[in-house]
Amino acid sequence: MTTQAAAPSTTRVTSSIAVDWIPLALVPALALAALPLVGSAPTWVTLTVAGLAMGMMIFMMASGLTLVFGLMDVMNFAHGIFISVGAYGAATVLTRMTRQMEAGSLASDLSAMIPAVLAAIALAALLGWFFERVLIRPVYGDHLKQILITMGGLIVFEQLIHVVWGPDMIPLPRPGAITGAFILGDAAIERYRVLAVIVGLAVFAAMWQLLNRTKIGLLVRAGVENPEMVESLGYRIKRLFVGVFVAGSGLAGLGGAMWAMYQEQVTAQMGMQVLVVIFIVVIIGGLGSVGGCFVGAMLVGLMANYTGYLAPKLALGSNILLMVLILLWRPRGLYAIGKA
Amino acid sequence: MLTRLLSGDFPRSRTLSVVLVAILIALALAPFVFPGTRSLNVAARVAVFVLLVASYDLLLGYTGIVSFAQTMFFGIGGYGVGIAMAKLGSGWGALTVGILVALTLSLAIALAIGLLSLRVRAIFFAMITLAVAAFFQILASQLSGLTGGEDGLTFRLPELLRDRLVSYYVVFGVALVLFLVLLRVVNSPFGRVLLSIRENEFRSEALGYRIVTYRTVANCLAALGATVAGILYAIWLRYTGPDTTLSFNIMIDILLMVVIGGMGTMYGSVLGATIFVVAQNYLQDLMKLASDSLAGVPLLPNLLHPDRWLLWLGVLFILCVYYFPTGIVGKLRARR
Repeated sequence: MTTQAAAPSTTRVTSSIAVDWIPLALVPALALAALPLVGSAPTWVTLTVAGLAMGMMIFMMASGLTLVFGLMDVMNFAHGIFISVGAYGAATVLTRMTRQMEAGSLASDLSAMIPAVLAAIALAALLGWFFERVLIRPVYGDHLKQILITMGGLIVFEQLIHVVWGPDMIPLPRPGAITGAFILGDAAIERYRVLAVIVGLAVFAAMWQLLNRTKIGLLVRAGVENPEMVESLGYRIKRLFVGVFVAGSGLAGLGGAMWAMYQEQVTAQMGMQVLVVIFIVVIIGGLGSVGGCFVGAMLVGLMANYTGYLAPKLALGSNILLMVLILLWRPRGLYAIGKA
Repeated sequence: MLTRLLSGDFPRSRTLSVVLVAILIALALAPFVFPGTRSLNVAARVAVFVLLVASYDLLLGYTGIVSFAQTMFFGIGGYGVGIAMAKLGSGWGALTVGILVALTLSLAIALAIGLLSLRVRAIFFAMITLAVAAFFQILASQLSGLTGGEDGLTFRLPELLRDRLVSYYVVFGVALVLFLVLLRVVNSPFGRVLLSIRENEFRSEALGYRIVTYRTVANCLAALGATVAGILYAIWLRYTGPDTTLSFNIMIDILLMVVIGGMGTMYGSVLGATIFVVAQNYLQDLMKLASDSLAGVPLLPNLLHPDRWLLWLGVLFILCVYYFPTGIVGKLRARR
């Protein structure tokens, strides 16, 4: 019976697996196009690694947002608050671990950073759970109210951050072993950026595996396509919602912690500042698409670093230009998902 | 006469009428009744924000689309006057040029954003306006040669407008007239179509209204309203800077005012702006008292710290969206 059911669907499966490679090719294309403009190869290598690292961090922060939108049709304007809270969570742990931070070896640095990052994820996930339960649940299906409610949540929680952690910026020294740079030929590559790329790739790979190889992933993807059908097949889609929302918030917290260590400071507004770039990434990628979000994040990260070097005043403008160009080419983003 | 002036849209609640008349009289007589610099500032700010919030309500409350670019248009108005006065000298000619350039630019940008992104879903428009507004904010701080960067621009006005009394009444008069114009707009057949789009997009389209056109026109009107508000604010302050016009905090303030006052009711913007600006200026004093008196208790003084006043307005905002989406005005009208 199973073979019978599988047989007619094979053709459809293979056609949907066939990768739309054009958006993927944009990333190396953009990098190569920038090479003659930048001029010197070592600078280009440095910029490219910086761009990829920035893209990875943006991807971590943005992936939850796009997945939540795809699955629940909820655009969370307060997503930035999970980023900030993650950053504050990490800062709280790191500032208490000065002994490990100053020891100078990679192992002791990691022994400080891993708990910090875990704290960031836990705190952001907890807040995400609260958000979904208390604030967003009553306004499913009503976009106007969703935007307003999440903005309200943003205001309140930004103020609560001030109440708990104080109004001032917290400086966040980076642990010793991951500061500094590798020298590769003439190119200097900051160690932290390499770490960010590794973590980002790991997160992306794990997410990809989870979404494409497990039953939960299958349900999530099916839920993005057609929630009513998943529900009618007997799965509780609401429970799936909560899970995805919490996971997305946790990822935002992780991204926030990484971003804070990259910037070496923590402010309550940082989430909101990054949110604009995240929105651009989510729009470029196609609302709801994780793969598109990844490609979009890489493009935006590279673009920001190249223009930051070539014409510093145009950094954000170039990303908006990128968004407009991509929307003119594909009005629903790189990888359009079912609805939207 | 009164019916024509208010376009037949009366407050429809005795309490609301009394409050509105009180606010109108207080603003009209502000220079004589509250002579201090601070209170006159509060009065001018209220007048400017009533106009700004009313034009935003046209978009949010009446058309049902969320924009985050209202401060951008507010800023274009402010910078239009600011740059013209600072670079072209302080004559009437320069002022006119500044105002016209600002209005044209706002109209062009609103049209472009509207036509590009109002075709798709409301959420898309919200995200795009947020991105564009952020870009504009960065642009203003980067082009410091033109805009004065983070410091902003201080400028001199034509002789006549330097007088506080005259400039106050210019601000108050223009804001009042434009508020009545907006009231006219929302009660016109055009306004009815906007309401029908808000209530049911598909049905309005099926009835033969081109919703993209209507939404875009509403977006342009809201942008022009915000630009004039920005011009007035610049004239009043004789200064334009990122913190007084473009900052995202002001966008949040506008949202709070619209929702607390009452979405989809022009009078709500009067109430919302008045309550908010007064709270901004005087609630903090009250909170300082409360915070000081609780000095020994843990965490509570922090919650009541004068800088945390937005926290409480944020809570009020969320409660408003859930429990009385038409805000204070809706509540008053329901009680009658």
